[in-house]
Amino acid sequence: MAQAIAGLETAPHGAGTGVGHDAGHADHPPTSTGIDSRKLGMWLFLTSDCMFFGSLIATYMIYRGRAEELYLAGQGKGPLPHELLDIPYTSVSAFVLLMSSMTMVLALAGIQKGDLRSFRVWTMATVLLGATFLGGQWFEFHEFYHEGLGYTTNMFSMTFYTLTGFHGLHVTLGVIWLMSLFIVSLRGGVKKDQALNVEIAGLYWHFVDIVWIVIFTLVYLIPYKDVPTEGAEHALRAMGLM
Amino acid sequence: MAQASGHSVAPHVDEHDDAHEGHPGELTYIKVAAILAMITVSEVVIYYIQWMHDSGALVPTLLVLSAVKFATVIAYFMHLKFDPRMLTWTFLFGIAFGAALILAFIALFNNHPIQYATNLLP
Repeated sequence: MAQAIAGLETAPHGAGTGVGHDAGHADHPPTSTGIDSRKLGMWLFLTSDCMFFGSLIATYMIYRGRAEELYLAGQGKGPLPHELLDIPYTSVSAFVLLMSSMTMVLALAGIQKGDLRSFRVWTMATVLLGATFLGGQWFEFHEFYHEGLGYTTNMFSMTFYTLTGFHGLHVTLGVIWLMSLFIVSLRGGVKKDQALNVEIAGLYWHFVDIVWIVIFTLVYLIPYKDVPTEGAEHALRAMGLM
Repeated sequence: MAQASGHSVAPHVDEHDDAHEGHPGELTYIKVAAILAMITVSEVVIYYIQWMHDSGALVPTLLVLSAVKFATVIAYFMHLKFDPRMLTWTFLFGIAFGAALILAFIALFNNHPIQYATNLLP
């Protein structure tokens, strides 16, 4: 099962970087592009995933600021993003995911040299960093929910949970994939000539990282309108006097 | 074959790097990660500089820093700097299509806004 997830169920095909002479194997003739079909397939998948996240980001950006407008018009409810988003906390999460990209590429360098110990150490580090990120996201969602931000509370909540939730789902799949590679390696199933399988998993993992680079900027760092929801101004607005 | 399909020239790697088949070694990866970490710290620091908010420089600066991080990860960690150009063009096509999708939707909804709040629009 783990081997099937890790993509190692069949005998090794290509190896190394999956380009040039490595793209072919005795059992598999070289491809016309000179690139291993599995690697090209992963890049094509990532290309399609750009459009998937593009549509989610577009929706988020279209509705960005609408929750505040509705609130000011007395037709929406909070909490609003400027009350909830914790930049220092999310910065740590972003840093963790960024560092997981480094550990992933070090794991690849390890298996390419045939250093199984290095591969296992860095792969497990990547899994732990990915799990830390997911734990942080679960905690953030939990906190927001207890602050009153349910999925359908306002336009911010729906677009925020959908965008970051789908990203979290991608991270979860990546953690499962890497954990499978780690387990298979313990059973002797990952060898130097199968480094391409690790590289393909790494491409997916790095993609998850670059999507978060975009989300971190667009969702968290670009400031939101500061709408008063407490105190005298809020009371006046609620009475229709503002 | 790879050369014929536009294989990039051999990458520059550090002398003590143990590069593998055109990919940089561990030292290069660690240096790149350190640069990415510094950019992330810069992003957070400028977020707390009030002048950046007041001058309107915050959003463009954040977008540029984000783009630099994005490009660095795909160039070094995803090896597009070292792999055949075909992969770069394939991915750039996806990014361009995704960006066009975002801009088209934003333009569409800006020109034909949905009247969410009845007392907001004239």
